[in-house]
Amino acid sequence: MMDLRPRSHPTYLAFIVHRVSGLLLALFLPLHFWALGSAISGEARLDGFLRWTENPLAKAAETALVVLLAAHLAGGVRVLALEFLGWRRRQKDVVAVSAGFALLAGLLFLLNVV
Amino acid sequence: MAEPACLKVSVWRGGADGHFARYEVPARENQTVLDVVTHIQRELDPSLAYRFACRVGMCGSCAMTVNGRARWTCRTHVRKVVGAGGELELRPLANLPVIRDLAADLSPFFDKWQRAKGHFEPKDAPDGAVPEDFAVVPPGSKARQEADAGIECIGCGVCYASCDVVAWNGDYLGPAALNRAWTLVNDVRDGACAQRLDAVAGDAGCHSCHSTQSCTERCPKNLDPSAAIAGLKRRLFWDTLLGRR
Repeated sequence: MMDLRPRSHPTYLAFIVHRVSGLLLALFLPLHFWALGSAISGEARLDGFLRWTENPLAKAAETALVVLLAAHLAGGVRVLALEFLGWRRRQKDVVAVSAGFALLAGLLFLLNVV
Repeated sequence: MAEPACLKVSVWRGGADGHFARYEVPARENQTVLDVVTHIQRELDPSLAYRFACRVGMCGSCAMTVNGRARWTCRTHVRKVVGAGGELELRPLANLPVIRDLAADLSPFFDKWQRAKGHFEPKDAPDGAVPEDFAVVPPGSKARQEADAGIECIGCGVCYASCDVVAWNGDYLGPAALNRAWTLVNDVRDGACAQRLDAVAGDAGCHSCHSTQSCTERCPKNLDPSAAIAGLKRRLFWDTLLGRR
C-alpha cells in the first residue's frame, strides 16, 4: 500500500490527475472509434446508439469525459508551461487554475445539455 | 510542559527488514525531533544508531522520515509534527539503503552528484592552474542570481528520499544532483557546461522527472529543485533543437 503522507500536496495530486485522466481517455478511445465505425455500417445503427446516449447515465458519463479531457488538456498545458516558460514559484496557483478550467468545462457542458 | 506529557515514539530498528520499537519520551515545550532521538539513545537504549553533527540546520546529516515525511530533524519541532495522541514514527530516509536503525547509507546519493558532474571546473584555469585574477560576477547581476538560486543546498537527502522517480528508476540522478548541475550550468565561471549537460541528459537524467515537485515541497532550505530540473530540460531542448550540442 502506497504511503500517502509524503505525497499529499497539490502538485502531486495534479500529476496523478494528469496520469489517470490520460489512462481513462485511452480506455475510452476504442468506444469512441466503435461509435464512429457504426456510422459506416449504417445510419440506423448509429441513430440507435445516439438515442441510447440520451439516457441520463450516459449524459453523466459524457460530462465526466469532458472533465477528464479538460483536466488532461489543462494538466498538459501546465507541464509545458512550467518546463518551457521557466516559472519558478506559484506552482500551486497554476494547479488551481488548471483544476478550475477542467471543472468549468464540465459545468459548461452540463449546462448546455441538461 | 506540552501536552501530552509523554511522546509515544516508534523507532525503526535493524536493517531494511527491521521492525519498529516503541519508546516513551518525556514531552517538553521546546523539543526537536533530534532531541527525542538523542534522549532515546542517551537515556533509554544506547544501541540506537542515528546520525547528526551540527544541530543547527547546516550540515544536512540528521534527515529522517518523521511521521511519513522526510525532514531535517534538528530544525523540526515535535509540536509541529506530533500526532494528537503524542505519536511520533521515525524511520531512516527512504530510497536509500539502510545501514542500521535510523542511519541510511547516502553513498548512492553522493555518487549521483559525481555522475551529474556536480563539481566546479574553472573556465579560466584548466588543468588546475591558478587563475591570474578573480572572476568578477556582480551580486546584482542576473547571471549571479540564477547561479545563487540553488546554491544553499546542504545535501541532506530529503528531496532524494521524497522523490518517487528515484524509487521507480534506480539510476535516476535525483533532485539534489540535478539542482547542483543547474547551479553550475548557470555559473559563468564554469568551463564544463557541455560535459555536464551530457551527463544530465538521457533516461537517468532530468528528462525522467515527472514534475510532481515533492522535492520543492519538502526541501528544508526552501530551494526549488523542480525549477532547476525544468531549467535543465529547457536548456537541453533548445540546445539540441538549435544544434548547439
